[in-house]
Amino acid sequence: MTTLLLAEHDNATLKDATAKSLSAALQMGEPVHVLVAGSGASAVAAEAARFAGVDKVLVADDASLAHQMAEPLAALIVALAPAYRAIVAPATTTFKNALPRVAALLDVMQVSDVTAVVGPASFERPIYAGNAIQTVEATDPKVVVTVRTAAFKAAEAGGSAPVETVSAAGDPGVSSFVGEAISESDRPELTSAKIIVSGGRALGSAEKFQEVVIPLADALGAAVGASRAAVDAGYAPNDWQVGQTGKVVAPDLYIALGISGAIQHLAGMKDSKVIVAVNKDEEAPIFQVADYGLVGDLFDVVPELTKALG
Amino acid sequence: MKILVPVKRVVDYNVKIRVKADGTGVDLANVKMSMNPFDEIAVEEALRLKEAGKATEVVVVSIGPAQAQETIRTALAMGADRGILVQVDGIVEPLAVAKILKAVAAEEAPGLVILGKQAIDDDCNQTGQMLAALTGWGQGTFASKVELDGEAVNVTREVDGGLQTVRLTLPAIVTTDLRLNEPRYASLPNIMKAKKKPLETKSAADYGVDTAPRLKVVKTAEPKGRVAGVRVASATDLVMKLKTEAGVL
Ligand SMILES: Cc1cc2nc3c(=O)[nH]c(=O)nc-3n(C[C@H](O)[C@H](O)[C@H](O)COP(=O)(O)OP(=O)(O)OC[C@H]3O[C@@H](n4cnc5c(N)ncnc54)[C@H](O)[C@@H]3O)c2cc1C
Ligand SMILES: Nc1ncnc2c1ncn2[C@@H]1O[C@H](COP(=O)(O)O)[C@@H](O)[C@H]1O
Repeated sequence: MTTLLLAEHDNATLKDATAKSLSAALQMGEPVHVLVAGSGASAVAAEAARFAGVDKVLVADDASLAHQMAEPLAALIVALAPAYRAIVAPATTTFKNALPRVAALLDVMQVSDVTAVVGPASFERPIYAGNAIQTVEATDPKVVVTVRTAAFKAAEAGGSAPVETVSAAGDPGVSSFVGEAISESDRPELTSAKIIVSGGRALGSAEKFQEVVIPLADALGAAVGASRAAVDAGYAPNDWQVGQTGKVVAPDLYIALGISGAIQHLAGMKDSKVIVAVNKDEEAPIFQVADYGLVGDLFDVVPELTKALG
Repeated sequence: MKILVPVKRVVDYNVKIRVKADGTGVDLANVKMSMNPFDEIAVEEALRLKEAGKATEVVVVSIGPAQAQETIRTALAMGADRGILVQVDGIVEPLAVAKILKAVAAEEAPGLVILGKQAIDDDCNQTGQMLAALTGWGQGTFASKVELDGEAVNVTREVDGGLQTVRLTLPAIVTTDLRLNEPRYASLPNIMKAKKKPLETKSAADYGVDTAPRLKVVKTAEPKGRVAGVRVASATDLVMKLKTEAGVL
């Protein structure tokens, strides 16, 4: 049987999350088809077809799929499901939203957020904010999983799979798209950045966050993250939140500025390759996971850092 | 309009759990238990809708052991009207929870079901979406704003790139994100009053739901630990180490 991998994209470009989940899908040991569900997304399908290991790309192009809302998207995936043993998707908000709907319609228990593929139906996944790792074996006839992309390397290009059109399954008509406010930025995306600079409650205001954190991120070409406390206080937008309930990241370098290191924050960044912490409290728990700790006032240290890099 | 709020009893978010040495699970003996934080937010949202005159009754339901009664009482003390405990011992996976909730929803006929987006023990993030699938209702997950009018609800959702707003026909399913609201504390008089509020006990069999797990847990292990590294004296020292020693710059 075959694995169906669901592509994360914005109708214009394929997201890195797709290439990372492709690695997980390939490790499950069966041929992989990629589904691009969207509207006007043919360029995305062409991109997906270039990855090594992809046997076929399916494109469903329909106005009802333009925003990848869970109801029409799940209806489409369920219609395609009989041909597949496994359905795999990155654990992005698109598929955290849609895939459990698919799983329930197929009467399957989903395996969320897998961090390792142990066998065709066995996976490792974190529970309790990453404080324990479970190995689970799915016993349902179909396997439905979301992939924690930070745990997998992106698959390589080097294929040329055929692209086939499939039709949308129709919109169940219980939901409609009203609008969106998507942040525009030239910065790397948090979940694919090599370097992340994150700010915490210590920044004290949105202005200070801009004044202190952003120049350092610019000097490093880094993405910007934040703790929940910083987001809640309005210093940073919600889509910057790193943690158990925000984004999970594993860059080469993670710099935490004025973040205490609560378990919920660590859950989102402790698999980074190198962690740097700047905190004025030498007892701050963040130092227990930091490779390099600098005890000091971030308002002094960070401008110095930015200068030293400039 | 009635609002149904499923609440889960979980290990308190401040507790750092311990994995059992023999790999069979997490040690839950004598650990502080609380209502899942996202579910407190769900209860709060339902109460605010009731206080705004947009809902008439808030019913909370928990699926779990007898002690989950305490979780229900907490919600009743916050202001919910009545509770239902579906008593099941052992692990109940999101799919089975969703099936039980579907049956409860069929009896209660709520206009809205508000769940947490994620239980902080299993970190599954599935139940609301599964309930939406089984009922055929629309879903507004990871909500940071809920606006109810006569026949529909507008839900602003926290998505990877920012915010998205969807409109759902009622009845509908909403799951809460952290910034939806700040839950109230129950006052002492309300805690006393909650003791007298109705709390019905049922079993999974009453709803004809088989709760046998579909995922076999083979092993539970400690995550790879990180060891604390070194302290650096200054910004320049740090930059040098990142360049030469860590090789990440
Ligand atoms: C269900 C749930 C889910 C959660 N999910 C997340 C999540 O996904 N992500 C997340 O981040 N949090 C999450 N949290 C919140 C988490 O528990 C913490 O409250 C939060 O991470 C704290 O943010 P902080 O470190 O910025 O703030 P604080 O804990 O207040 O820490 C501020 C730090 O800054 C230091 N400091 C102050 N001034 C300076 C200065 N001038 N220079 C240098 N250092 C200074 C202090 O010493 C302190 O260590 C969640 C909580 C719950 C209950
Ligand atoms: N056993 C349960 N009893 C009541 N509600 C539950 C239960 N399990 C999950 N839920 C609800 O579903 C949400 C998501 O849980 P989960 O899918 O396990 O992450 C929770 O925040 C609760 O609102």
